[in-house]
Amino acid sequence: MSLAPHPDPADYLAMVRRKRLYGGVLLVLFVVLMVSGFRVADARNAGGFFDGLHRVLDFPAEIFTEAFANWQNLPGLFVQFIPSLIETLNIAAVSTMFGALLAMVLAFLSTRGLALWPRMTPVFRRMMDIMRAVPEIVIALVLIFLLGGGPVPAMIAIAFHTTGALGKLFSEAAENADLKPVEGLASTGAGWIQRMWLGILPQVAPNWSSYALLRFEINIRASAILGFVGSGGIGYDLKTALQWGQGKYDQVVAIFALLLLTIIVVDHFSDRARARLVKGGLEA
Amino acid sequence: MSLAATNIDAVRTGVVQRFRVRKRLSLAVPGLILLYLAYIFFAFDIPGVASRAKPENAAILLGDFWSYKTHVTRDNRSGVVTTAIEGERKGEYPAGAGPDWLTLGDVTRIDLPGGAEVRYMADGGAELAIPDFGEMSVALDGRKIAVTLPDDTDQPNWMSLSKNRISLNRGDWRFAMTPAKTETFRYQAGWELFFFTLDSPFHGKSVGDLIALVASGERVVPDRSNLSAMAHDIWTNKMWRHSDVFWAMGETVLMAFLGTMGAGLIALPLAFFAASNFTPARWLRLGLRRVFDLFRGIDGLIWTVILSRAFGPGPMTGALAILMTDTGTFGKTFSEALENIDGKQVEGVQSTGANAPQRMRFGVIPQIAPVILSQLLYYLESNTRSATVIGALVGGGIGLLLTQAIITQKDWEEVCYYMVLIVLTVMLLDSLSGWVRRRIIKG
Repeated sequence: MSLAPHPDPADYLAMVRRKRLYGGVLLVLFVVLMVSGFRVADARNAGGFFDGLHRVLDFPAEIFTEAFANWQNLPGLFVQFIPSLIETLNIAAVSTMFGALLAMVLAFLSTRGLALWPRMTPVFRRMMDIMRAVPEIVIALVLIFLLGGGPVPAMIAIAFHTTGALGKLFSEAAENADLKPVEGLASTGAGWIQRMWLGILPQVAPNWSSYALLRFEINIRASAILGFVGSGGIGYDLKTALQWGQGKYDQVVAIFALLLLTIIVVDHFSDRARARLVKGGLEA
Repeated sequence: MSLAATNIDAVRTGVVQRFRVRKRLSLAVPGLILLYLAYIFFAFDIPGVASRAKPENAAILLGDFWSYKTHVTRDNRSGVVTTAIEGERKGEYPAGAGPDWLTLGDVTRIDLPGGAEVRYMADGGAELAIPDFGEMSVALDGRKIAVTLPDDTDQPNWMSLSKNRISLNRGDWRFAMTPAKTETFRYQAGWELFFFTLDSPFHGKSVGDLIALVASGERVVPDRSNLSAMAHDIWTNKMWRHSDVFWAMGETVLMAFLGTMGAGLIALPLAFFAASNFTPARWLRLGLRRVFDLFRGIDGLIWTVILSRAFGPGPMTGALAILMTDTGTFGKTFSEALENIDGKQVEGVQSTGANAPQRMRFGVIPQIAPVILSQLLYYLESNTRSATVIGALVGGGIGLLLTQAIITQKDWEEVCYYMVLIVLTVMLLDSLSGWVRRRIIKG
């Protein structure tokens, strides 16, 4: 890298111009994609965007008027839907737990320097990529066909996806772990499981727990959605209430409120817990 | 160096105490988890799942994933034999034609795996030759059927028999006969008709033949070149509907793209008003943050329900649902990124006499662009997956095709096809976004 004493300003200006040109082309491309994408989506939608725009608030207005007219039902409805809400939360919690456990194993197996069979790392990585890419709904629907309705298909589906998603994050965190404890343990004759359990896990535990908590937040939403396609929990109640239509809108409002409240509360606490985990480590 | 004895004791008790707490914790946490799992075991009715599970469905599904069946059906009243793939009208062979293991004529002969043969006789009956079992025949007898088993044999467990129905399940082939019709299913590996349907002139040709056809000038279809005729036949395949599937997949990606980018466009300006170093007004900042929280908190499911009432089913509704949730997410992360920028760079630009827009353009944007870009790309990939789910709810894109195929409970090979397609698309977008991120952020 020899710097010319007097760099040619023409070169610099040419470079700036080229950079601007690239930026301009990218911008135009982006605008074209957005506009044409919007038009295609609008054309293929049942109702047009501009026709629907002024009706966005109609449905909320309708359900809220009905709910306010029957406001005295709401406390009772909250109590009525608590069990389904708990089911939704349970699905999310159990699937996060199992997913995290499996992800832990896969992460150890697919991280360079830690893997039990180094040659197999790409295989485990691909496996996680695929697990991450399959949408939960596919597995849930297939499992409903095999196992019948209920929370178990949703649990397995979410756990499957969680394994892939967390496995990648876990493995990235484990890559930065210090290998000296592992070497130390190896010198005492510790087996692979002992090396991972005692050498790596304590180092990555805060980060991993933080990722798992974040995943738990995401999984609550996923579990609510899967309920909507037929596997229990509050999503299923929402679907039934919506299908009934007018007359059960107070239920819809109650479910919306419960779901919103739960998500905000869980997000809040998990946000705080994660900040503590990542910044301060576990409380000394 | 010397510690007083009391001091040592105090330290020791402290350490011992801490160890005791640790020990109790390390026992209590797994214990609590086990208790929770025990509760889940009953709350989710795991014992009931075992009784409700349908293993025979699993066999159907797995078989369908990688194999197809050909139906050879005779209407016993008219005597007409039809051969159709998956028994579908779209997969029907033209009259008088069939796969090479089928011989049509007065007697229809069907060669089956394992050396077995089924013959549809001219008198309306059927004869079956099954190795290790023998010759058997089924005759029509008015509204009943009469079965003659080989000598000295009992009814085997793969056969079910009643007055007016016999059915055999031999794994890779099945046979069933009622007074109304005689049916033989033969199972074979692969996805038949995936590229060319039976009405295409290219059906049944090997890869080598097809390449030779492309290379040769002789046209199979007069008004098209061979390559374009092949592409046309694949694209308009009625069994697998490739054009519909690709449109649907495109719709799903479009939903994710419009939703993610739209959310980014809306959230970016708003983020400036939610960042403390750009907006001194506390009420505005906190108000906006709460709005972001609300949009994030209202689940995609709720947005989908509300929006599909206004816009009807389709990709626009899905895109808007993604846009709503992600506006909240982006608003939060972008404003945090803005709060973390280095003020010195802005000052430096200011010292050259730059006005406010120039300070933004040259002092702020270069600092947050990588964060924004990597966020957008990451969400684009993850939203493609969400768009599948949302598509299933609002009725658009590949999600809709997928749920439709699953609901029929028989087109599992199509479910498999869509799944593979989704996985490939998501993985493609994943590596694409990774590549762009590396290019733009590092270089």
